[in-house]
Amino acid sequence: MSNSNFTRRGMLKTSAVAGAGVALPTIFTASSVAAYTNEPTGSSVTLGFNVPQTGPYADEGADELRAYQLAVEHLNGEGDGGMMNTFSSKELQGNGILGKKVEFVTGDTQTKSDAARASAKSMIEKDGAVMITGGSSSGVAIAVQGLCQEAGVIFMAGLTHSNDTTGKDKKANGFRHFFNGYMSAAALAPVLKNLYGTDRNAYHLTADYTWGWTQEESIAAATEAMGWNTVNKVRTPLASTDFSSYIAPVLNSGADVLVLNHYGGNMVNSLTNAVQFGLREKVVNGKNFEIVVPLYSRLMAKGAGANVKGIHGSTNWHWSLQDDASKAFVKSFGTKYGFPPSQAAHTVYCQTLLYADAATRAGTFNPCGIGEALEGFEFDGLGNGKTLYRAGDHQCFKDVLVVRGKENPTSEFDLLEVVEVTPAAQVTYPIDHPMFAGGALGTCNAG
Amino acid sequence: MLGMNKNDTRMLLLVAALTMLAPFILNPFPTDSGLAQFNAGYPDLMQRFVIFGIFAIGFNILFGLTGYLSFGHAAFLGVGSYSAVWMFKLLAMNVIPAILLSVAMAGIFALLIGYVSLRRSGIYFSILTLAFAQMSFNLAYSVLTPITNGETGLQLNLDDPRILGVSQTADGSIPVTNLFGLEMRSTFEMAVGPWAFQFNAGYYLCALILLAVFYLSIRIFRSPFGLMLKAVKSNQQRMNYTGLNTRPYTLAAFVISGMYAGLAGGLLASMDPLAGAERMQWTASGEVVLMTILGGAGTLIGPVLGAGFIKYFENIFSKINESVLHSWFSILPDGLEDLLVTLVYPFVGKGWHMTLGILFVLVVVFLPGGLVEGGQRIVSWLRSKKSDDKAANGKTEPAE
Repeated sequence: MSNSNFTRRGMLKTSAVAGAGVALPTIFTASSVAAYTNEPTGSSVTLGFNVPQTGPYADEGADELRAYQLAVEHLNGEGDGGMMNTFSSKELQGNGILGKKVEFVTGDTQTKSDAARASAKSMIEKDGAVMITGGSSSGVAIAVQGLCQEAGVIFMAGLTHSNDTTGKDKKANGFRHFFNGYMSAAALAPVLKNLYGTDRNAYHLTADYTWGWTQEESIAAATEAMGWNTVNKVRTPLASTDFSSYIAPVLNSGADVLVLNHYGGNMVNSLTNAVQFGLREKVVNGKNFEIVVPLYSRLMAKGAGANVKGIHGSTNWHWSLQDDASKAFVKSFGTKYGFPPSQAAHTVYCQTLLYADAATRAGTFNPCGIGEALEGFEFDGLGNGKTLYRAGDHQCFKDVLVVRGKENPTSEFDLLEVVEVTPAAQVTYPIDHPMFAGGALGTCNAG
Repeated sequence: MLGMNKNDTRMLLLVAALTMLAPFILNPFPTDSGLAQFNAGYPDLMQRFVIFGIFAIGFNILFGLTGYLSFGHAAFLGVGSYSAVWMFKLLAMNVIPAILLSVAMAGIFALLIGYVSLRRSGIYFSILTLAFAQMSFNLAYSVLTPITNGETGLQLNLDDPRILGVSQTADGSIPVTNLFGLEMRSTFEMAVGPWAFQFNAGYYLCALILLAVFYLSIRIFRSPFGLMLKAVKSNQQRMNYTGLNTRPYTLAAFVISGMYAGLAGGLLASMDPLAGAERMQWTASGEVVLMTILGGAGTLIGPVLGAGFIKYFENIFSKINESVLHSWFSILPDGLEDLLVTLVYPFVGKGWHMTLGILFVLVVVFLPGGLVEGGQRIVSWLRSKKSDDKAANGKTEPAE
């Protein structure tokens, strides 16, 4: 029970304790004296690899982790060097970065913004990571990019395809090698026009978050520009695993094209459901019903099995490319793990190399120096042909591949074939394009 | 002291000592040693320890005292976070108005949900709260996207108005959360030999708030109001038969506990200005139930311990990956090393849920009173060893 016996002595004691408690934190308000966040002072430098190990994008996350480990090996001079040998910039010597051995820590984003930020924070605060990279979801990438901007470290985005990452949510400390929804639409539209004509009714099923929204917007705009009609746009929760209730209404909607703005496990499930409902055998408005998956990857094709045959989409990179860089990367990845890398693996490997190269050229790990080195950087020999890191929005511009699910795969990895390589010029857009408007890079933050 | 009996005063002082010295206690290993992996004394995790401690203390006021098992408390946490971030976007980056609004909003929400849900008890109450929480989650996730920014989460932008502050700082970046100029993220690092201790302003703010609400919860537990709530737990029907309307009491407990959750949400957003819908998901509601039961439901300090335990697993165990394991066992011969890594790997890294699950089962089966009961057993065992003439007291006593 409560007993209110306030005495003078008790009051004095209490206020002394409380006063000490209040005074304590104010002693410790000085910020650290280092020139920038987590300046590496020892013989090694720590990078933070923050990827989904659980959730709908776990497959991509696992493949990214493999590529990161390979990149670290190559940077430290182990293995065969992979794309370091074909990279147009010859600064990297295989002695780590700026002579410091590369070490790494890993974390699980769980494909949740909150968990991803907690994991990235622990890398920065506990492990002293000077760069964070990874992410297989644009929501997560944007959340972590914001965190890195505040904390004063560089963020090298992994698999993030939303326009917003380098659009309205762009940040000075964030860089994206991967392509985006607008580029997919710009590359796909002409191919779809040739294949399916200009008189089509499209039905969109869209993962309900920033990536889905911007890709849906981009694809709808590009297809409507060539005469297609958009029948309906339906948003599906990211965590769904069964899409039958979303597929059934498509049958009676009068649509003759289904656009699946889904990725990873979502796409595998929704495509399987669509095929089970017999959509591909249907004839609507006198035309064969078609399915389009704007963002494709080999891992998804593998998950969906025979269902992907003849389905078109776009991809950032594919292991069957025959340039020297791609061959070198596939060779060293295949030697280590026994199977070819996915586009997620490719993009994060490139990002790690690009970061290391920028640090070497800048001669510092200071995020502002690295940012300057990356802005406007033109390079070749990383598997996508000539590539530009645009200074205005930190987006890479390079060729985009339009691919199709192979009809007669020769092996379990040979699931996609490249239909067309869309040149970078065709997918380039001005920085102030309306789909990318509304944000600002701000200035680089070194902590 | 402060109207508490001796035991409670001692407990409050213990919690005060633990929270104030946490940077030392949680960093027992030198930074360059292999065991540094297990250090938890970095600002983000310490903040999480105390914030989820606050959340669990609040949950315990409802569950521990009245026995009403709410499965939707995460909704209040989420409401608190969204309110705080909106305050940062619209008003200023000072955390005080943000925290006040988040507590108030969570209180209003709790009043609405509690008014409806408390018409039923037992499993029906749990299901009702779960339904409301899932409803809030789905609203935040898709329908209310203009307010919550959906799956991406609500974040600060350079063009937010912030009428009492600045939209962006002079160097063109987003201002950081502060308490009258004291930045929440500012950290003082103290190097003592091979050790590094981090003292973070935000952490100490959270810790002081934790002490305040811990004190409040002690007073509630010991008050006539608390006694009434305990009576509800032991036999609500009898109370009703004596002509006493229990609903105002349970509703008050529900709202107070919702406000605690809102406070925790507001603090989360103050430390890291982002609010995501997944904070309201049913798994988050389940987590606080786990925390409370793991630590010891109905005890004062149990929920804080449980919260610390679960957050430690989530943040430390999940980061042990294969290469870390290899480096631990590297002194062993290759075959044995690989075997050990294969055996241990499923329980760490992404398998941390499994380890936590096993621990939870063990605790519930062997220590129904949670970690607190474990502590009491150890203490009583030590005492009985000291004084052999006294027969060991086999029965467990409540912690309060």
